[in-house]
Amino acid sequence: MIKTCKPVLAAATLAIAMLSQNALAAEEQFFPMTSYRVGPYGANGQSFYGGFIDYLNYVNLTEKGVNGVTLTYEECETEYNNAKGVECYERLKGKAAKSAGPIHTMSTGISYALIDKSAQDKLPLAMMGYGRTDAVDGSVFPYAFPLVTTYQMQASAIVKFIKEKMGGNLAGKKIVYLYHDSAYGKEAIIALEAEASLNKFQLVQIPVAHPGNEQGAQWLKIRQEKPDFVVFWGWGVMNQTALKAAQKVGFPRDKMIGSWWTGSEEDVVPAGESAKGYMAATWNVAGKNVPLIADIEKTVYGAGKGNLSDKAKIGTILYNRGVSAAVLSVEAIRKGQEKYGKGKALNGEQTRWALENLNITEDRLKQIGATDLLPEIKTSCDNHEGSGKVKIQQWDGDKWVPVSGWIEGNKALIHPLFQASAKQYAKEKGITPRDCSKEK
Amino acid sequence: MNFFFEVLIGGLLSGVMYALVALGFVMIYKASGVFNFAQGAMVYLAALSVVGCMEKGAPLWLAVILAFAIMTLFGIATEKFVLRKLVNQPPIALFMATIGLAFFIEGLAPMIFGSEPRALDVGIVDEPIEYILENFNMVISRFDLVAALVASVLVATLALFFQYTRIGRALRAVADDHQAALSIGIPLQNIWAIVWGVAGFVALVAGMMWGARNGVQFALTFTALKALPVLILGGFTSVPGAIVGGLIIGASEKLAEIYIPPVMQNLFGGNFGGIEGWFPYVLALLFLLVRPEGLFGEKHIDRV
Repeated sequence: MIKTCKPVLAAATLAIAMLSQNALAAEEQFFPMTSYRVGPYGANGQSFYGGFIDYLNYVNLTEKGVNGVTLTYEECETEYNNAKGVECYERLKGKAAKSAGPIHTMSTGISYALIDKSAQDKLPLAMMGYGRTDAVDGSVFPYAFPLVTTYQMQASAIVKFIKEKMGGNLAGKKIVYLYHDSAYGKEAIIALEAEASLNKFQLVQIPVAHPGNEQGAQWLKIRQEKPDFVVFWGWGVMNQTALKAAQKVGFPRDKMIGSWWTGSEEDVVPAGESAKGYMAATWNVAGKNVPLIADIEKTVYGAGKGNLSDKAKIGTILYNRGVSAAVLSVEAIRKGQEKYGKGKALNGEQTRWALENLNITEDRLKQIGATDLLPEIKTSCDNHEGSGKVKIQQWDGDKWVPVSGWIEGNKALIHPLFQASAKQYAKEKGITPRDCSKEK
Repeated sequence: MNFFFEVLIGGLLSGVMYALVALGFVMIYKASGVFNFAQGAMVYLAALSVVGCMEKGAPLWLAVILAFAIMTLFGIATEKFVLRKLVNQPPIALFMATIGLAFFIEGLAPMIFGSEPRALDVGIVDEPIEYILENFNMVISRFDLVAALVASVLVATLALFFQYTRIGRALRAVADDHQAALSIGIPLQNIWAIVWGVAGFVALVAGMMWGARNGVQFALTFTALKALPVLILGGFTSVPGAIVGGLIIGASEKLAEIYIPPVMQNLFGGNFGGIEGWFPYVLALLFLLVRPEGLFGEKHIDRV
């Protein structure tokens, strides 16, 4: 009897195994990753995507995924190149058709190239601290999310910080805006002009041609202008060159405040002593003293599943930024599962809804060990940014030290600028904006 | 007026830094008639080799020697594996080979030494000289002055090398005509290996100066962009031309960056800053119309 049943039992076991495998495969939440680890900005990508993947693995190891849904990913190397970014997106979107977490390109250029495509393919695009900032208005950009904060809100927050430093009054003061002469550098101008008009300070704009490895003339001009502060929007080699050039003309580094693209270890370490005292905005803090970061190192690297070959990057500003981006993305998956079914993977459309209904409170951040790692986030149809807060950090020659609490930009001043720009975009593209009052 | 001279001197000193990179191009062009697209990548490789060796525990002097050895080996390997097969081929074939070489170096160098931007401390602080600042209220960087001195010594040495040594004369003969040089017994392979080695040394000096100034990182490959207008102005075959071209480009781009935008702004409104990225190229193009061979370049005459 047993002999005759043996093949049947074996077949049944095999079928069950296959079925359960299929079932498991269905419970995977896929993250398409258009990442970069080589090329001119490879070092930045290594830290960011390393942190992102480490957090996905951390959730898989500690919770067996989100309500049993394993978090998976596939990387495609863009080399921070727009054409390759689009190619990677096209390659990954087929796999993302079934289940998709938000796509993080870490590139304004690639984000711009994908903004229409991703909306057509119903795949949400996260642009945390970069990308098209008027996408804050979700009525026009349903699939694009400039989460946490934008260039303009950041610039506004920096002005607020300077104002505090100057005793609460900026009237008659002079601020130089030194910027990378590109779309990225020009983004903040509209906000700074609005702030200058509101606070009655003089704004002097000084552009630097790409790549910015020569800034002699600009810094001589700054020396001549004698500003109270320099607000600095650099990128890549422009950052170290600016710090060195500031030293060369004797401009104090603690009167320089950069954007978050100028505030990583990679930006200051190569500048050596000249970077000491320099300040930069950030939407996430550095260091391993955040419980979550310490626990990731212990759990993920302890299990031999760490993504970084160089563990020294753990706790750096960009690594922690990658973790912060992953925290937001995973929280969106949790939120989506509350609506679409616990234990089920979300497709792009469902993830989009979740990103638009995020509510990450201080309590929730505390629960996951991320207190103060990033600010609270609450998104909605007409606010895809969700926070608008940054901290100011200062380089002490060895590490970044926060020198402020979370500072929110002037939302009443800045958000109408986004809405006007989004409205114009909708008009150009023939888009009928959604009625946000009907979105839930 | 004080400010004008400050900008002018700053520009001249920046120009010396451009000339350092341009010299590498001149070396290869003089010896093989080829525009070496990989020169910027060689600057990157050389600087990365120095910091890479220092990270492994070598002191600066040893790291420089090791980096020089790496660049020499690289020169020999380039001759053996890339150029040898292309003897007597049209210059465009050699040019294309150097494009391939540039991408190869840009991929290989960070794979070996890592892609993180790093500091390179050569012991000279990039700060204004206090005496000049106090007495003339002008910012003149100590580092830039040292760079100018280094470039001057390098130019003098290379000029003497090309003019008065047997190898120098052989290099010039090879540049004129590969086949003719071979027919009179000049060992082409050796000459090319030597010249690529010397170009590697020039890249090492340029890489160290630029790396110490802005950090050692991928952007060092962009320094080549600053050298192109210098070459057009100074001539592709002239070592002193590289220096003079560098000085003209450096000074004019800085003066243009300071004085042209306000005029344009008054005339048309808007912001016209950030012109130093393209201004040197416009200047070089204008110069091409008047003197295509550059200030010190050899005039090429074909007999009919």
